[in-house]
Amino acid sequence: MSELTLTVMRLGFLAVLWLFVIVAVQVIRSDLFGTRVTQRGSRRNAETRPQQAARPAATAPPQQRQQATRQRRGAPTKLVVTEGSLTGTTVALQGQTITLGRAHDSTIVLDDDYASSRHARIYPDRDGQWIVEDLGSTNGTYLDRTRLTTPTPIPPGAPIRIGKTVIELRK
Amino acid sequence: MSVVTNTTTIGAIDAPSRRNTELVLLAFAVAIPVFAYLNVGLALNGEVPSGMLGYGLGLGLMAGVAHIVVRKFARYADPLLLPLATLLNGLGLVLIWRLDQSPRLNARADFAPQATNQLMYSALGIALFVGVLMILKDHRVLQRFTYISMAAALILLILPIVPGLGADVFGAKIWIRVGGFSIQPGEFAKIVIAVFFSGYLMVKRDALALASRRFMGLYLPRGRDLGPILTIWAMSLLILVFENDLGTSLLFFGMFVIMLYVATERTSWIVMGLLMSAGGAVVVASFAGHVQARVNAWIDPFVCKETSVACDQMTQVLMTFGSGGVLGTGLGQGNSDLIGFAANSDFIFATVGEELGLTGVMAFLLLYGLIIERGIRTALAARDPFGKLFAIGLSGAFALQVFVVAGGVMGLIPLTGMTMPFLAAGGSSVIANWALIGILIRISDTARRPAPAPAPSPDAEMTQVVRP
Repeated sequence: MSELTLTVMRLGFLAVLWLFVIVAVQVIRSDLFGTRVTQRGSRRNAETRPQQAARPAATAPPQQRQQATRQRRGAPTKLVVTEGSLTGTTVALQGQTITLGRAHDSTIVLDDDYASSRHARIYPDRDGQWIVEDLGSTNGTYLDRTRLTTPTPIPPGAPIRIGKTVIELRK
Repeated sequence: MSVVTNTTTIGAIDAPSRRNTELVLLAFAVAIPVFAYLNVGLALNGEVPSGMLGYGLGLGLMAGVAHIVVRKFARYADPLLLPLATLLNGLGLVLIWRLDQSPRLNARADFAPQATNQLMYSALGIALFVGVLMILKDHRVLQRFTYISMAAALILLILPIVPGLGADVFGAKIWIRVGGFSIQPGEFAKIVIAVFFSGYLMVKRDALALASRRFMGLYLPRGRDLGPILTIWAMSLLILVFENDLGTSLLFFGMFVIMLYVATERTSWIVMGLLMSAGGAVVVASFAGHVQARVNAWIDPFVCKETSVACDQMTQVLMTFGSGGVLGTGLGQGNSDLIGFAANSDFIFATVGEELGLTGVMAFLLLYGLIIERGIRTALAARDPFGKLFAIGLSGAFALQVFVVAGGVMGLIPLTGMTMPFLAAGGSSVIANWALIGILIRISDTARRPAPAPAPSPDAEMTQVVRP
């Protein structure tokens, strides 16, 4: 066998061996930094889009709403939990209603003794302004220290307190 | 309202099982040894080796069976352990086959080709791996056998010095002979004793960690808690004295100290363990001739290489590593067969050093390191204390074994005559290490399996009212 072939094979083998090591480390990396809640929200939204296309009549309002949201400058794009057991959770705001509470079908399921099962909801109005509404909860929903009695627009950066949990809308 | 269709729900998505990742890596891990086999054949005879297809199919078949069993019985297991072990085993087979081809080794009276046997042992190892996964549905079952496994480990360790059963092979009495087969019970005792250590420490960890006196900045345990560590120490010294096996005693004692440290979080155990093992090693080195020769070969092999076989081997090994350089001479083109006796078992890492060079040695050590890392990761992720300690014990034993052999071969510590896991020729080692990987996969499956959903609770009633 020619010298050149053997040299190429020798170096090639070492390269392949190291490639395996690198691939293995990559697998560990993807294991460590696996799923993120934000990605999941946006992916799910992308998945539901074809369904919307199939039923245009039913989904026209949210699409309009989404466009309205996009058109507004400086509109918040995500909801962030800043205090409580869910700290760090983010949900992308894409024109959908977000329900908060201990009930299992809530958008954000609060593991919080002071929250009611259907505690509050956050939704965009026609102009794309986000509104928070208390759903008759036991301990109330606080927007920046004032207890809510009516649906109230959320100013950017204002903390919304529900039991021990605090959420904020951010850009 | 169309809001329903557009509501984002946040729920746990199914935890990825990573089985497909494992399959891809496994295919890669089978391809690399086949490439190595081709490389050796081309370098030695200038032609594609005739056994390549059969060898590749054999390795692929074993890996495939193991993968299917993991897919069926341990769905959420770690995706890296099986491919890493397969790769090391396959490369070990290639290296053993490569040394079988050496005319210099074949001329020796004490040499017999090992590749076929090793392939058979690997198949047995995979069979045991499959058996472990199929029979051991939950590793916590082993907790029941804490003290039985202590007795079993002691019996396994004592077997080689039972007259008539034990076989004295080249100074070390670590083999037993059963119907033509020689078995190294120490390799299996390694796993059995890990069961005992984890079961024992799980119960006693608080007593060992909390009931202690502070002395010179170290926490010293009470005398009665010191009992077991002294027993293990004495046991490992007795192995050393009666079986002349430095490696096994180091392995057991080191493993116990690692597990004590993990269970109690007390640094003083490490300090005490190091002092005790150093003391024991010095005492034994000054009495046992077998160990003394090894120590002399470690201090300066070039002085005594004319008079002692141990020194001569050591010089050859050092030369082997030296001539490999950074990139190595290429598979099948080195002269590591000059080591002579045990070139394909204890000293197989020297062949890696010469033919693949520093680059290859680093890659191999990283492969071992990754197995150990996955083992420790499994221990971190495990939810039950027994599983944590068990995984730490097994990966610690694996790590110590790699360190003791690689360090011995490279002249960092005195050579102890243990086998490089998966690489070296030797049935017991391969079979026991496959069982070890099987148990780690079982623990990692339990650890990575998503927790069962909490029972639905009546939400409304439990809301507490804030009282001003």
